[in-house]
Amino acid sequence: MMKRLATLIAASAMFALTFAPAKAETPPDTLVMAWQFDDIITLDPAEVFEFSAAEMMGNTYERLIGYDLKDVSKLFGVVAESWEVSQDGKTITFRIRQGSKFASGNDLTAEDVVFSLQRAVKLDKSPAFILTQFGFTADNVEEKIVQTGDYEFTFEMDQAYAPTFVLYCLTSTVASVVDKKLVLENEANGDLGYEWLKRNYAGSGPFALRQWRPNEAVVLERNENYAGEKAPLARVIYQHVPESSTQRLMLERGDIDIARNLGPEEIAALKEAQGIKIETGDKGGIYYLGLNQKNETLAKPEVRQALKYLVDYQAIADTIMAGQVQVHQAFLPKGFLGAVNETPFQLDPEKAKELLAQAGLPDGFSVTMDTRNTPDITGMGEAIQQTFAQAGVKLELIPGDGAQTLTKYRAREHDIYIGRWGPDYQDPNTNADAFAANPDNSDGASAKPLAWRNAWDIPELTKKTRAAVLEQDPEKRAAMYEEMQREVMETGPYVIMFQEIEVAAMRDNVSGFIIGPSFDANQFGLARKD
Amino acid sequence: MTDAVNDTTPGERSRALLTFAVAAGRFLLMLAITLFGLLAVTFFIGRIVPVDPVLAVVGDRAPAHVYARVREEMGLDLPLWHQFAIYLGNVFRADFGNSILTSRPVVEDVVRYFPATLELATLGTLLGTIFGVPLGVAAAVKRGKFADHFVRVIGLVGYSAPIFWLGLLGLLVFYSKLGWVAGPGRLDVTYEYMLTPVTGMVLVDAALAGDWAVFRNAISHIALPSALLGYYSLAYISRMTRSFMLNELSQEYVTTARVKGLSETRIIWGHALRNAAVPLITVIALSYAHLLEGSVLTETVFAWPGLGRYITNSLQNADMNAVLGGTLVIGIVFVAVNTFSDLLYRLFDPRTR
Repeated sequence: MMKRLATLIAASAMFALTFAPAKAETPPDTLVMAWQFDDIITLDPAEVFEFSAAEMMGNTYERLIGYDLKDVSKLFGVVAESWEVSQDGKTITFRIRQGSKFASGNDLTAEDVVFSLQRAVKLDKSPAFILTQFGFTADNVEEKIVQTGDYEFTFEMDQAYAPTFVLYCLTSTVASVVDKKLVLENEANGDLGYEWLKRNYAGSGPFALRQWRPNEAVVLERNENYAGEKAPLARVIYQHVPESSTQRLMLERGDIDIARNLGPEEIAALKEAQGIKIETGDKGGIYYLGLNQKNETLAKPEVRQALKYLVDYQAIADTIMAGQVQVHQAFLPKGFLGAVNETPFQLDPEKAKELLAQAGLPDGFSVTMDTRNTPDITGMGEAIQQTFAQAGVKLELIPGDGAQTLTKYRAREHDIYIGRWGPDYQDPNTNADAFAANPDNSDGASAKPLAWRNAWDIPELTKKTRAAVLEQDPEKRAAMYEEMQREVMETGPYVIMFQEIEVAAMRDNVSGFIIGPSFDANQFGLARKD
Repeated sequence: MTDAVNDTTPGERSRALLTFAVAAGRFLLMLAITLFGLLAVTFFIGRIVPVDPVLAVVGDRAPAHVYARVREEMGLDLPLWHQFAIYLGNVFRADFGNSILTSRPVVEDVVRYFPATLELATLGTLLGTIFGVPLGVAAAVKRGKFADHFVRVIGLVGYSAPIFWLGLLGLLVFYSKLGWVAGPGRLDVTYEYMLTPVTGMVLVDAALAGDWAVFRNAISHIALPSALLGYYSLAYISRMTRSFMLNELSQEYVTTARVKGLSETRIIWGHALRNAAVPLITVIALSYAHLLEGSVLTETVFAWPGLGRYITNSLQNADMNAVLGGTLVIGIVFVAVNTFSDLLYRLFDPRTR
């Protein structure tokens, strides 16, 4: 009988072999990327706030303003041709570039831009605050953002904000221009096309969004009506591949052109691989420890200082997070206006012990840390646990799912939270507002910035943050942020550790894929395969 | 015409009908109670887990007023029982709500993800049965000999090796190094748009369309994950077959058959296995139902857009409409598989007729 079984197995193997695939290769005009994009919940630029969808929006929609990916301080018009700030600094008049069309073939005019901005304010979805912080509400926006000609409109704010602040905000996804005519054709019950645009497309970028199959694929096709240089690729396909080892195998085999979620081990292995190259780019994400000031021990200034000397920053950056992060200790990521790149803290258990002794804790103390159960965060947590122990700080890790730990953090029920914070737009206010402002420290506060989540009551610093958005002189403005960063670095309840680096491994025939400083700035409009 | 039915009187016929109606009614009632229980338990567990479902919609950065508005829109400010009543009411109108994560109706999602799981699980169970039953029989017949140990080792590896690891190893060897099978996903990118979904099962749709290039490609994609699931169920099925067969082979009717001079093949396959088949059906059905829940890890490694990953992902984000819809499907699958195995029982075991 064993013989029969052997025959059966051999026959099955033969059968399987007849279906063996030909040598894998992606079509020459199609870029195939493996990426984990189960975070997408919408494709409406007025609502998109997720990393992967933001990148897709960045390549399919155009925004009023753009910035140089290599030097973020250089701003330029995209849909806007020029702009002018009024004497009182409260109104900006934008002129729109003529001759642009949407993928649908409709002309792109000031009417579309005004509609898009008003629509984002009226829908009031998560990212709408990037616009409403200039004083717009659903009730007043029609009087404040007004079309004054076919290719001209005015943008009237409640205060004379720093022009750089306003312009950087207009580079974000929420300020994308949508095709008014097409969107209104699909309006239902006065929803401004919201239900429809969640799953459809009405833009003018280098690519048009053709299909989104959740947890499967997103397909972009070249937009033949694009006003800029036409994309060399006919198609870009995102394939949802959640497992990084699988992405690596697919890349090696040539079934995909770019693998987007590789870990340090896979990257190290691929460095030597033939036909594959690795590209990196600085990203704005900041890894930090949040120390809850409701915990009496953590509220002692010496303890906060001591913990900053109990992390082996360089070792983590070189091993657990190799190639994925760089040591960075200020709240503004490199490349931002006023970013500070000093790294005054390194592992120094003796110094930490001294500080703890000053705080009346010569034998250390016990504390918990909520740790997301992803390999990077868990790895970091374990490394920190070991170095904390060198000064007698007994750290208990509480592993949890992402949503679970975040829920606890937002309720201020943690001791220490190990977090990652990404800027919402390219202006320094985005992180200053999170790390260095806390207008109301009460439990029932409506705003919950990071300072609030760690119960850090800072009325003076909050005032400074508010003042910095009104400073008209960019140099003075940068100096204000530098001062704030140093203050937070020294006294703040955050152990800021790293800045993220995005890594993509790709076949060596791919060129022109640019990893930008934010997720919505990753660009492949001019990418090609040779 | 001596058909049995024609021999029955109208009274007997109506009695038979009545019995059938009572049985059907009882079945439907059981189904309703089971599904209601499932929904209630899932709903309340979903609401007490310490995960904030609003965050899945608005993200971490939304201002307080947006958060509050969405919370209200989702009905989360109402008492739990009230929320459940609203949900049940909607379910009765066949409205299972929208999934937060995919922004599509849950029904639409399930219709997309379930066929992928069904295809994989069916092929896996077929493979597991085709190889597992003969291996189990061989182990029982050659008890204590090499074949028995061999099957035990195979079973043990299938049982104890993490399926995630086996999957990656399989990909490394058969896909990456040898190139015998295609990679993760259900089809190559080139074939992805050539197929119009009818059943949602790629193999079936390709066969229906008569598109054999797509069919071959789909086979080469599904080969590895289904073989893996097949191996997993083989491990279980072969162990259980062995133990059922040992039990049968020690029965007196086997000795009688041998005394009668029947061939060993006939005794093993014709008599002993036929009797062992009755409990074996339950084993196979349970294994099938288990695979139909969706094997999350296999689906993850092979980038297979199946129900398991859908539900897990939804659960992690407290996307409760999706979780409830998915759970309901699994509940129905369990009931269906159980009913089907009951029917098969009747076929194999004359005592139950």
